[in-house]
Amino acid sequence: MTRAVRQFAALVLLIAMTAGLEALAPATASAAPTPRASLTDIESDVMCTSCREPLEVAQSPQADSERAYIRGLIAQGENKQQILQNLVAQYGPSVLGKPPAHGFNLTVYILPPAMLIVGAAILFVTLPRWRRRTRAAAAQPAPDLKPLDPSEARRLDEDLARFGG
Amino acid sequence: MRRFAIPAVALAVAVALLALLAFGVAHQGTSSSIDASVASGHFPMAPDAHTQLPLLGASGTKSLANLRGKIVVLNVFASWCQPCVAEAPILEQEQRQLVKNNATVLGVTYLDNSGDSEQFVHQHGITYPVIRDVSGNFVKSFGTDGVPETFVINRQGRIVALRRYQLAGNWLQQTVSRVLAQSA
Repeated sequence: MTRAVRQFAALVLLIAMTAGLEALAPATASAAPTPRASLTDIESDVMCTSCREPLEVAQSPQADSERAYIRGLIAQGENKQQILQNLVAQYGPSVLGKPPAHGFNLTVYILPPAMLIVGAAILFVTLPRWRRRTRAAAAQPAPDLKPLDPSEARRLDEDLARFGG
Repeated sequence: MRRFAIPAVALAVAVALLALLAFGVAHQGTSSSIDASVASGHFPMAPDAHTQLPLLGASGTKSLANLRGKIVVLNVFASWCQPCVAEAPILEQEQRQLVKNNATVLGVTYLDNSGDSEQFVHQHGITYPVIRDVSGNFVKSFGTDGVPETFVINRQGRIVALRRYQLAGNWLQQTVSRVLAQSA
């Protein structure tokens, strides 16, 4: 196994481990006591469905109505997960900032890490090649230079003297 | 040959991504085919007629197919929408005439929560049936992208007129009278 292949395998493993940790995060969090929901927290995870903007920045009658609805659910003591489920039941899945992971939506979750791996693969293949080419070019002996003839040598000396060399 | 392998893979990935983007954009856009058909006099069948949607404030479901044989004024609305508030009395007034002629308004709430929709119905004294389109798939099949929108569907289940903005004046009354006369 070449060094480049080993380095690439290590990078892929690192990416996979990071993705795995991310996937485990909600499971770990669910073991802890459920924190109280806040409008600010929920606003960043949901969309204003008519204006197709995150609710936290949306300014429209529908956004105001959605905020009022969330405030009502918070007042009823619902936690964030319950509120998100309730919002989906009322406004449909498009209310979620992150689309559910099925069908065409899967591209949102698959493409970024896939692109990262493809990009890393391209770099791992091409970078050593470029470096080898650059080193090989630097190691090439300089092409034979013809010595200056006496008149050219004299002219060069005069020019250097004139410009303070 | 190997020299071209990486650029070829990169090009293939770029083309695939562009195709994916085009597919996504094409499926986000609203359809204007119904508008074009109606404008040209080729009245299309109302789409998703068999989709059963839950009734607002009541148990049970209703679909356009359940209303086949009636003239239906399908009105897409939301409680937070000011133009919907403005046209509510026009629709309710029309409903009182429609019921005498085997016809009805059918409200569809969209992008709204059921509590607010029920309050809207109560506040404006709406007597016609209202269904909820939570996923938005039913109204999207009509090319709906916002509220309010109104479609007039004849007794054969064809869309004969539509308004993709607030009803005003006596457009609804005139259109329904024309459809009633045609079906008499």
